[in-house]
Amino acid sequence: MSGPSTYEPKYAAAKWMDQRLPIIRMGADFMTFPSPRNLNYWYTFGGILALCLVVQIISGVILAMHYVADVDKAFASVQRIRRDVPFGWLLQSMHAVGASMFFLAVYMHMFRGLYYGSYKAPREVIWILGCAIYLVMMATAFLGYTLPWGQMSFWGATVITGFFSAVPIVGESLQQWLLGGYAVDNATLQRFFALHYLLPFVIAALVGLHVWALHHVGQNNPIGISEKTKEDTLAFHPFYTVKDAFAIAVFLVIFAIFLFYLPDALGHADNYIEADAMKTPPHIVPEWYFLPFYAILRAVPDKLAGILLMIGAIAVLFVLPWLDTHKVRSMRFRPVARWFFLIFIVMCFILGWCGAGTPDNVAIKLGSKMVDGVKVDSGITFYRLSQISTIYYFAYFLIILPVLGLIEKPIKRPDSITKAVLGDGKRGAALAPAE
Amino acid sequence: MAFKTPKKLVIGAIIAVTSVGGMAFAAGGGVMGDYKMKHPDWSFNGAFGTYDRAAAQRGYQVYREVCAACHSLKYVAFRHLGDEGAPFYLEDFPNPSDNPYVKNFAADWSVEDIDSETGDIIERTGIPADYFPPIFPNDAAARASNGGSLPPDLSSMVKARSNGADYLYNLLTAYDSPKPAGLEITPGLHWNPVMEGGKIAMANPLSDELVTYEPTEMMDYGELKLVDPPVATVEQMASDLTQFLAWTADPKLEQRKSIGLMTIIYLLILSVLLFFSYKRVWRNVEH
Repeated sequence: MSGPSTYEPKYAAAKWMDQRLPIIRMGADFMTFPSPRNLNYWYTFGGILALCLVVQIISGVILAMHYVADVDKAFASVQRIRRDVPFGWLLQSMHAVGASMFFLAVYMHMFRGLYYGSYKAPREVIWILGCAIYLVMMATAFLGYTLPWGQMSFWGATVITGFFSAVPIVGESLQQWLLGGYAVDNATLQRFFALHYLLPFVIAALVGLHVWALHHVGQNNPIGISEKTKEDTLAFHPFYTVKDAFAIAVFLVIFAIFLFYLPDALGHADNYIEADAMKTPPHIVPEWYFLPFYAILRAVPDKLAGILLMIGAIAVLFVLPWLDTHKVRSMRFRPVARWFFLIFIVMCFILGWCGAGTPDNVAIKLGSKMVDGVKVDSGITFYRLSQISTIYYFAYFLIILPVLGLIEKPIKRPDSITKAVLGDGKRGAALAPAE
Repeated sequence: MAFKTPKKLVIGAIIAVTSVGGMAFAAGGGVMGDYKMKHPDWSFNGAFGTYDRAAAQRGYQVYREVCAACHSLKYVAFRHLGDEGAPFYLEDFPNPSDNPYVKNFAADWSVEDIDSETGDIIERTGIPADYFPPIFPNDAAARASNGGSLPPDLSSMVKARSNGADYLYNLLTAYDSPKPAGLEITPGLHWNPVMEGGKIAMANPLSDELVTYEPTEMMDYGELKLVDPPVATVEQMASDLTQFLAWTADPKLEQRKSIGLMTIIYLLILSVLLFFSYKRVWRNVEH
C-alpha cells in the first residue's frame, strides 16, 4: 500500500535535493505511510524493537571503548567499567538488561505475527527477514554473553561451541576452526568480540530490508483483511507515532525497573566469578531467552539429534508461510486454530521452565514412591515434560497448521477494516478528525 | 605477605587445610541438614535502601583484621572507600584521595612497586590510588598456604552468590549448627551447612570479641558525634562484614537507586502525557 508519493518540496533547496537524492521524500513518505486504522497495542513492538537495537548499539559502542578482549584482562575490564568509568555501571547494566528487554519485545512481536497471520501472502519475505533477524540476534546475544569472561560466559561458550563437534566427520575440525584452538581461549574471546561488534550492524541492515518489505506490501492488522479504501487507513504520523511513543514510554518504565532495581535478576550469579577452565559450575544454564531451545536440545538422549531438533525448531519458522495454508490470516476468525495457538504459547513457557530445570527432577508431582527405602517424589520429570512440549512445538507447525489449513471453517469476517471498526449499527460515524 | 602484619593477628583466620579445591567456589543454594537460612532485613534492600555507614565501616575493620589474612580485594582501590556512597565518604573531601580515612587506610598497607631509579622491586607505603594489594604473590602460593584451597577474592563475592548478602551472613554464622549424623568431613575441611555439600575449606574465622570495635565518628547535622560501638559478637561482625562486602560488590547501589527513582518518575509522567496526547490525536477517529 505504499502508493504514489504525495510529497511536494516546499522550498527551493528541498526541491534541488529532491531531484538529486530524494531522501526528504523518503522520510516524508515514511511519515505519511497509510497504516490500517485498527492496529492494536501488539503492533507497537516494531517501534519498541527499533529502539532496543539503538540502545544496544549505542551502549555497546561506548562499552567497547573500555572493554579489553583478552582472557587475562576481560573480567577486570568489566569490573573497571562498573566501578570507575563514569556511568559505566549504568551502561553495562543497560547493555545486559537491554539484551533481555530486546528478546522480551521480539518474542511479543513474533507471537503477534503468529496470531494475526502476518507471515501469509504477501508478507512471506517480511516474515523470513524477521526470522533471519531473530537468528542473528541469538548469535549476537550468545557472543556477547561470552565477553564478560565470567564462569557462565566461559562454560556457556564451551557447551554451545561443543555442539559443532557433534557434526559427523568434520565436527571436531569445525569446532576447532570456530574456537581458533582446542578450547575456548584467547583466540575465541577475540573473535567473539569482533563478531559481536559486527553482527548488530547486520541486524540493522536486515531491519532496513524488513521495514522496506513492510512498506512495499503494507501492514497486516488484527482482522487480517487487506486495506481496500482510503477510509481503512490512517497516516503513520501522527496517529501511530503517538501511539508507539506511548507504548515505548511504558516499555521503558519496565526496562528502568529492571535496570535500576533488579539489574541482576535476569542474569546468573556465577558470572561474577572470573572464568576458570579448571572448575565447572554445578549447573550450566543459558540466559532465559534461550531456555526453550535448551529444553528442546535436551529432550532427546542423542547429542546430534538434539542439535538437529534445536536447529529445526528455528528452521521451521522460516518455512511457516508454506505450512499454514489457511486462507484466513487472523486467528480471530479461526475458532479452532486459536485454541491450538494458545496451547502453543503455554508449551513455549513450559519449554522455558524445562530448560531451567534439571532434567531428572520431578516437574509435576503425582505421588511418591519408595526407592532404596527412601520416599521420593514421583511424577513427570522435566525430561518427559520437555519431550511432550517439544512434540507439541513441532506438531503445531508440521501437523496442526497444515491440517487446519485444509479443514478449518472460519467464522464470518467483516468486509473491510472500516466495517469492522464501525460495525453495522454505527454506520455514518466520523472516521477522521474534523479538520 | 604483601601487607604489614596486622596488630591483632587472628588465630581463627589462619587456615590449615588439606586439598579439595572444588569446595571454595560452589554456588549457594544447597542448604544442608536442618539449618534454616536467616534473612536479616538489610538496610540496602528495597527500592530506597542504602548502606549502613557505621556498620560498613566496622565491616572494613573486620575485613582488615580477619579476612585480609587470606582473602584479597583486588578490584577495590583505597580511594573507592571515600567515593560518594562509600563507607568513608566525607562531604568535605569530594576528591577521595584527600580523605583522611582513605589516606590512613592506604598507609596501613604496603604495596609492591618498582624503584624508578634502580629498577629494583621495592615495598612502599600505600597511597589512595593503589588497589588493595594481593595477599599472596600468586594463586599457587595461596593454595600452598591454605592446604590446596584458593581463598576467593572478595570484591564481588556478594554478587557472585545468589542472594549473596544472606549467603555470606549465614555462611559466617552457621559453623556451630548441628552436623547431620553420617556426614563425613575430610580432615582439613569443616562443616558448614550453607556451603554446597556441607563442607568448607575455611575454618570458622569469627569468634565473639575477636575484633575490638572503636566508637564511630559520625557527622550528625554538621556536628561530629561519637557513636558507641555494638558488642562484637559473631553475628554482629558477620552482619557488619556483609554490609562492607555488599558495598564492595555494588559500590554504585545508592546512585543507581536514586537515579532510578528520578528516571522512573520522569518516565511515568511522560507516559501519562503521551497517553493523553494519544487520546487527543485519536479523539475523533473510530478505531
